[in-house]
Amino acid sequence: MSKISKSWRRTPRTALAACAVASLVTGLTACGGGGGDDEQSALGKDDTLTITTFSEFGYDELIKEWNADPERPFKVKQTKISEWDTWKQTLTTSLQAGTGLTDVVAIEGDAMPQFLAEGASDQFADITDPELDDRWVEYKYKAGQTTDGVQIGYPTDAGPEAICYRADLFKKAGLPSEPAEAAKLFTDWDTYFASGEKFAKKVPKTKWYDSSGSIAQAMLNQVKYPFQTEDQKVDVDNEELKAVYDTVAKYTPTLSTRAVQWKEDWQAAFTNDGFATMPCPGWMFANIKSSAPDVKGWAIADVFPGGGGNWGGSFLAVPAQSKHQEEAKQLANYLTDADSEVTAFEATGNFPANIEAQETLAAENKEDPYFGNAKTAEILANRAKAVEPDLPFKGDKYSDILGLLQTAIQRVDEGADPEKSWETFTQAVGRL
Amino acid sequence: MLDQASQARRSPQGPSALRQRLSRWDVKYAPYLFIAPFFVVFAVIGLYPLLYTGYLSFFSWPRFGAEHGDAVGWANYSHVLSDPVFRKAIVNTIGIFLLSSVPQVIVATVIAALLDTNLRGRSWWRMSVLLPYVVAPAAAALIWGAIFADNSGLANEILRVVGIDPIGWHSDRFASWTAIATMVNWRWTGYNTLIILAAMQAVPRDIYESASIDGANRVRQFWNITLPSIRPTMVFVIVTSTMGGLQIFTEPRLFDTNLQHQGGANYQFQTLTMYVFNTANSATDPYPRAAAAAWLLFLLIVGIALLNFLVTRAVQRRSLR
Repeated sequence: MSKISKSWRRTPRTALAACAVASLVTGLTACGGGGGDDEQSALGKDDTLTITTFSEFGYDELIKEWNADPERPFKVKQTKISEWDTWKQTLTTSLQAGTGLTDVVAIEGDAMPQFLAEGASDQFADITDPELDDRWVEYKYKAGQTTDGVQIGYPTDAGPEAICYRADLFKKAGLPSEPAEAAKLFTDWDTYFASGEKFAKKVPKTKWYDSSGSIAQAMLNQVKYPFQTEDQKVDVDNEELKAVYDTVAKYTPTLSTRAVQWKEDWQAAFTNDGFATMPCPGWMFANIKSSAPDVKGWAIADVFPGGGGNWGGSFLAVPAQSKHQEEAKQLANYLTDADSEVTAFEATGNFPANIEAQETLAAENKEDPYFGNAKTAEILANRAKAVEPDLPFKGDKYSDILGLLQTAIQRVDEGADPEKSWETFTQAVGRL
Repeated sequence: MLDQASQARRSPQGPSALRQRLSRWDVKYAPYLFIAPFFVVFAVIGLYPLLYTGYLSFFSWPRFGAEHGDAVGWANYSHVLSDPVFRKAIVNTIGIFLLSSVPQVIVATVIAALLDTNLRGRSWWRMSVLLPYVVAPAAAALIWGAIFADNSGLANEILRVVGIDPIGWHSDRFASWTAIATMVNWRWTGYNTLIILAAMQAVPRDIYESASIDGANRVRQFWNITLPSIRPTMVFVIVTSTMGGLQIFTEPRLFDTNLQHQGGANYQFQTLTMYVFNTANSATDPYPRAAAAAWLLFLLIVGIALLNFLVTRAVQRRSLR
C-alpha cells in the first residue's frame, strides 16, 4: 500500500543493483566495504573536513574558532544528530556499505566495544600516536583501543555520575534540601529507594526518579560482569544482573515515571514536576537545562548510591573509508586536547577524559548558577575519583544486550509481568 | 502487407529486399523493443536483487564485513522460522492487514458508488477523497502519532470526555493495530475509491436505465449490475492492497520511533518488513538473516495474493451466475 515503504525496503537492493551495473561498466569487482587502502587526498585551505556528533558535544565554539583562524590547513563542518540510537544505525549501515560517513565520527562509549571487535576494527583508521599516551585517564584511553593495542578512538568525555534533584520539591516533601544534607538520602541504593518511598507518600503526584531505564543503567554500571564474561561469552542469567532487574521492576509502580528515556513524556516530566531525582553524569546537565530552562530548584548532590558510577562518555574515531585520514586525525586530536575539552565542559558539562583538562577545571572551580551555584567541576572530579575503572566489563555485544534489557524494563513499565518480560529478554539475547 | 508486396514486385533488387526484411522485423520485433525498457529496468533493480537476496540467504556474513562468509545451508531460514518475534510479526502483519484492507475496500466501494451518482460539485468531491493520499506518509504518521499519543493524544482526550478510560495505543496489541490500520485507511481509501469509481463510470448507463424501468431500486442495481461489472477492477484493487498491506512499514515504523525496539517494547506491532529491517541491524549474520526473512515474506505475499485472487474470482463467478 504505502509506496514509500516499498522504496525504503528496496534501498539496499537498489544499492546492490547500482553496484552491479557499475561493476559491469567499469570492470571493477569491489563493491562496498572500503578498506584502508583507498586513495588518500590532501585538503586545501578552503576544503572542508566533515565530522558527525550526536546529542551535544559542545564543539560549536571550537569549530567556529578553527574556521576563523587563517592558519588552519582546512575548514571543518559539523553535523549534529540529536539521538545516539539514530546515529548508531546510520553509522553501522554506512560502515557495512563502505561509504557515506564523515571523516570524523563520534561513538558512544557503551557501543565502543563492538567496533573494537575483530573484523569491525578494520573499518577504522589506526590513529595511534605515542605522544598522546598520557593525555587521558588511563581506563578511558584503553577503552578506545583494540586488544592488539591499536588506537581507534580518542576519548572525549567521561560520565562520572552524581545525583541531580529538585530542592524545591524536597522542601515540599519535608526532606532536607541542602546538597550536603540531601546527599545523606542517596548514600546507597537501599537508602535511596527508602527515601523515595517517604517522598512518594508526601508528594504523591511526583515520582521519585526520571525513568526505570536510567536507574537500571546506573545500577548496572556497578556490576562487574553484567552481560558477558571476560572471554566474551554471553551470560545474562547471572544473579547480579537479575538483582538489578528485580529491584527496578519492584519499584516501577511506586517510584518511576514509567516514561521512556529521551521520549516526549520523559522530556515533559522535567518541567511539570514529573520526578524529583535522577542519576546525573556531566553530559546530563545540558539536557536538564534545555528541557527545563525555567524551572528553579535543580540542585546537585556530590554523592552516588553505592559509591561511584560512570555512565557513557564518548570517542572520536576516523573511519577507514575517509579520504582524508591524516587531517581527520589532526582534527580529532585538536578536539580532545586539554583546552578543547575544557571549552566543551563549559558549554555542556561534558566532563573531560583529558587529565590536564580535569586539573584546569579543578583549579578554576567555577560555580553553576543554574544548579544553585554548585561547584560542578569539583563535584564531577570527586565523582570520577569514586569510579572503579573497568567497571563494568563491556563485551562486544554490550550495546545490543543493553538495548534489549531497556526494552524488557519498558515492558514492565507498560504493565507486563516482570518474570515473563525477563524470559522474553533472555530468549532475545540468546538469538543475537 | 499488400502495399509492400506490390512495391516488391515493382523493383525486386537489393535495397528494397533489405527494406522488406527490415519492415518484417519491424512488425515482428518492434513491440518487444517498446516494452523492453521495463523488463531491463526490472531485471536490474528488481530481479537481480531478488535473486541475489536469495543467494545471500545461504551464507554467513560478519557484522562489519565487506564480503559474505561461508555457506551455511538453511541455517538462516531455520533461525528466522524459530524466532518467536518473527511469528509475532506474521500475526501482527496479518492482523493489521485485515484491519486495514478489508474495511478499506468496502468503504472505498461504497464511496465510489455514492460519487457515481448525480452529485452537485462532483469534481470537487472526487478531488477531496484523494486529498489524504497527497500527504506524505511520514507526515501523516506524525500527525496520527500525535493523535494516538498515550498521555496527551487527542484520541484519548475524546475518550476521557465521553467517560471511557484512556487506551494504551502503543502498549495494547489490538489497540496499536487499530491505530496503525486507521492511518493506512485514512491514506489509501480515497486512492482505491478513485480506481473503483473509474471502473464504475465505464459501466454502460443504458443497463441502469433498463433496470430502473424494470423496477430495480438503487441498492438492487448496485448488487446486480455495478458489482459484477467492475469485477476485474475489484480483483486488481484487492490484490494490490493485499501486497501493499503485507509490506506495511512506514506507519508502524513511525508509530514508535524508539530505535532499540522498533514495533513496540513487546513487539506488539512489529510487522514483517520491520522485522527484515531490524534483522539487518542485528549482531550476528545481519544481512543473510534479513535476506532469509525477506524471502519468507515474499513467499507469504505470493501465497496470500494468489489465495485472494482465487477466492475473489470464485465469489464473483458465483454472483454472476
